Amino acid sequence: MIRMISGELRLGLTPREIETVRKVLGREPNETEWAIIDAEWSEHSSYKSSKKMLKLLPTTGRRVLLGPGYDAGVVDVGNGYVITLHIESHNHPSAVDPYGGAATGIGGVLRDILSMGSRPVALLDMLRFGDVARSNHARWLFTNVVRGIADYGNCVGVPTVAGDVEFDESFERNCLVDVACVGLARKEKLILGESKNPGDVLVLIGGSTGRDGVGGASFASKNLTAGSETERSSVQVPAPFTKKLLIDAILEAAETGLIGGMKDLGGGGLSTALSELASKGGTGVDVELTKVRTRHNEMTPAEIMTSESQERMILVLAPHGSEPVLEILKKYDVPHDVIGRVTAAGSMKVRVDGKVVADLPVELVTGAPLIPWGSKKPNLAGRQAAARPADPKIASSLLALMSSPNIADRSWVYRQYDHEVGTRTVVKPGDGDASLLRMPNGRMLAVKADGNSKHSSLDPRSGGAGCVAEACRNVVAVGAEPIAMVDHLQFGDPSDPEVYWSFQESVEGIADYCSELGLPVVGGKVSFYNEDSSTKVAIKPSPIAMVVGLDDRMMRPMSWFAASGESIFAIGRTKPELGGSEYFESVLRYAGGSVPKADPAGDKRLYRAVLKLVKYGLAAAVHDCSKGGLAVALAEMCIPSAVGASIDLARVPADTPDPVDLLFSESHGRFVLSSRDRKGVEKILKASGVPYSMVGRTEGKMLQFSRGRRRLAAVGVGRLAKAWRDSLPEMMD
Amino acid sequence: MRVAVVRFPGSNCDLDAVQAIRTVPGMKADLVWHEDPAISGYDAAVLPGGFSFGDYLRAGAIAARSPALRHVSRMADGGVPVLGICNGFQILVEAGLLPGALLKNTTLKFVCKWTNVRVENTNTPFTRAFKEGQILRVPIAHSEGRYYLPERDLRRLEDDGGVAFRYCDERGRAVESANPTGTLGNIAGVCNEMGNVVGLMPHPERATESILSPSGSSDGRHIFESLLRND
Repeated sequence: MIRMISGELRLGLTPREIETVRKVLGREPNETEWAIIDAEWSEHSSYKSSKKMLKLLPTTGRRVLLGPGYDAGVVDVGNGYVITLHIESHNHPSAVDPYGGAATGIGGVLRDILSMGSRPVALLDMLRFGDVARSNHARWLFTNVVRGIADYGNCVGVPTVAGDVEFDESFERNCLVDVACVGLARKEKLILGESKNPGDVLVLIGGSTGRDGVGGASFASKNLTAGSETERSSVQVPAPFTKKLLIDAILEAAETGLIGGMKDLGGGGLSTALSELASKGGTGVDVELTKVRTRHNEMTPAEIMTSESQERMILVLAPHGSEPVLEILKKYDVPHDVIGRVTAAGSMKVRVDGKVVADLPVELVTGAPLIPWGSKKPNLAGRQAAARPADPKIASSLLALMSSPNIADRSWVYRQYDHEVGTRTVVKPGDGDASLLRMPNGRMLAVKADGNSKHSSLDPRSGGAGCVAEACRNVVAVGAEPIAMVDHLQFGDPSDPEVYWSFQESVEGIADYCSELGLPVVGGKVSFYNEDSSTKVAIKPSPIAMVVGLDDRMMRPMSWFAASGESIFAIGRTKPELGGSEYFESVLRYAGGSVPKADPAGDKRLYRAVLKLVKYGLAAAVHDCSKGGLAVALAEMCIPSAVGASIDLARVPADTPDPVDLLFSESHGRFVLSSRDRKGVEKILKASGVPYSMVGRTEGKMLQFSRGRRRLAAVGVGRLAKAWRDSLPEMMD
Repeated sequence: MRVAVVRFPGSNCDLDAVQAIRTVPGMKADLVWHEDPAISGYDAAVLPGGFSFGDYLRAGAIAARSPALRHVSRMADGGVPVLGICNGFQILVEAGLLPGALLKNTTLKFVCKWTNVRVENTNTPFTRAFKEGQILRVPIAHSEGRYYLPERDLRRLEDDGGVAFRYCDERGRAVESANPTGTLGNIAGVCNEMGNVVGLMPHPERATESILSPSGSSDGRHIFESLLRND
């Protein structure tokens, strides 16, 4: 039974939007219609605050088959195979229910990959929390988010192969839980989220529809408030076993070639899925809500249309000849119901017992007016660098950095994730700068995601470009060439002109870097309102980039020193760019300074040179320099095999003589590489035109720094290892 | 040699097992749906890893009562080789085809890592290709893999050669530091009295190709190759 009367409306629409709806429709919409429009016009579903800026991003390229606008971007990886890429976040839900929020975040991104007819083969998780060293709340969120991801991802059998974790006080109340998924498919088996043929039937499959997640898209499009705790019903309930059956059933059904279109039910539920299918297909829909399996008696049509209950999808099937698909759904016990059909008229008709309860033009539902937010450059305090201490205390600073939660060993996280299921993971978490997956076409796919909110908060343009640059370096370090990326842009309340300015700057930074590098952005996501209204604290701007790369060679360098007697090269130039660095934050307790600026033209030459060294088998180990700078990169290379190194800082290619800059500056465009063939490496680097120098050798059990003949510091590799390995487990267990 | 890899709703290492077995020359593997009576016609059965029936109730508990296990049980009684990997091991224990129970890891966490495992019994159809005491590199990935048996039964299991695999360090010593889950006696796998039913927590199907192993080994493969050896 469907209840026709409901309580008060909780709309997220602005007075201006409400006026627009009334004007276009020429009448007062009823309650159900308001709910449909509210869901689809939410920031989450409509991108009304960001759409205009996102047009700046380069989205095409010779490998790009489908860019932004569909459930996932599609990239050609050769020999008839494509990969699909998508990124999502579940920030607000995870802030109130970390376990369920994180788990259902995976559920959502998996459905996006699945709805393209592609098999999900890898998950990545990018997590942001408050200061775990001090805050119990941050530790509680971190523990339960990781457990949620593990319990869900492990159960559905998709390996979690990579990710990124960052801690900052600005995430104390608004944690960020981003999840990206990579899918794999034969090109001819791709399915799009559109309903092109009037007369086709709409089949709702999977879980039943409940009140969980009602208004979720709207909830995600507001700032968190003290009352947010009471919005736990806006968080969906995770059901990984149901999802696993759904995955198996859909992949088998996709093989039949009988599915005309497919769409997952995510933010905005049925409202969003139906209107987008019709809009993309240039058609309309007509659905009967009594055909929808509901979990509770007496749900209103508005609740059914906007419920975000998990594990549901819509299939578009021809009215005849689709029995094989239904047989497969039966085999896996996946519930399925014909709930309506595709119509020629461009309208969205919703009925209860045949009676029309909503009738809206599809164009109106999907046509949220864009919001031209104001933008104002904030007064970015603390531009100048911190006063340098007279004695830089290199050894103790390095040990402090190694144990900083932002740098410490991540195995506490990734050991809880099954990163091997599917037997594709060739380079596993912890074993390389990026993870490497084998594909059935004989090629390797590298995946990594990065972001740096500390850089972005001081200079969002450089921070935006920087997150792409860092992810590219990680992909290059395992010997793969970057071919495509997706981004996730996360900010506070866009109605604050200074927040909106930082969003604009970030997008421009990413667009500039990608355009110069020729790296297409095939999809992405924007999440605003990551702000706590009681404390007025917004998160630091947090763009995140996931980059994928292709590798045709079997040559794979290590990411650490395996033996003594290798020559160590510093490739790329070190600049006095300690702004937003881990050294400033965890050693000097200072936020400010000028942040690293990425140079895409220089990086292009750099990546080519490093890939060439890998291809010729000249690189024994490659590791990128990022958080903590050159010193931390070297320490991380010493730790796994307990091999020491002696480094002469006077030889590091640099614009600065200061040892603190040389050791801890986080300048982009740098790698550390070791080799047994010094001459071979020098020959290629000389011809490449990138700055480089042999700076030392692997030897002994200490990491030693000197300048010329003057010894500056020496730390035992064992001490570095202990500081790095024990940090997170000691904080968390 | 035709092997049935039994797929339950929620199995997720089923395709990996099929693929791994097919890399061994002379072996054929089919995915067989748990309700399919054709299981009985195969020369051997593998119960793969995953979360059969969502691990509801207890890991493996529901699958142990599914129609497939009636077939598997008859095969086991008739001496047909049956291998349970990870969740498959949990199912065999729940079905009473192997002794003991698999409890939650002492860390209470899921753990995914490569381990060293020592072969303790080479008289099973899945361990014939090894030398006694041989060390394998194979990964684990589970949260309920702590093998448990009351002390008296454990002593009998040990005496009867029922321990098939034990976690060890690189030098083959079954020390506490090499025990990833708090499992009793470092036990990683056991077999029944006849020796034809073997269960283990590590995933040999993830270690059959050198490209997948951090050390370049392909030790897991010999577990499947053993099926081709006549003692």
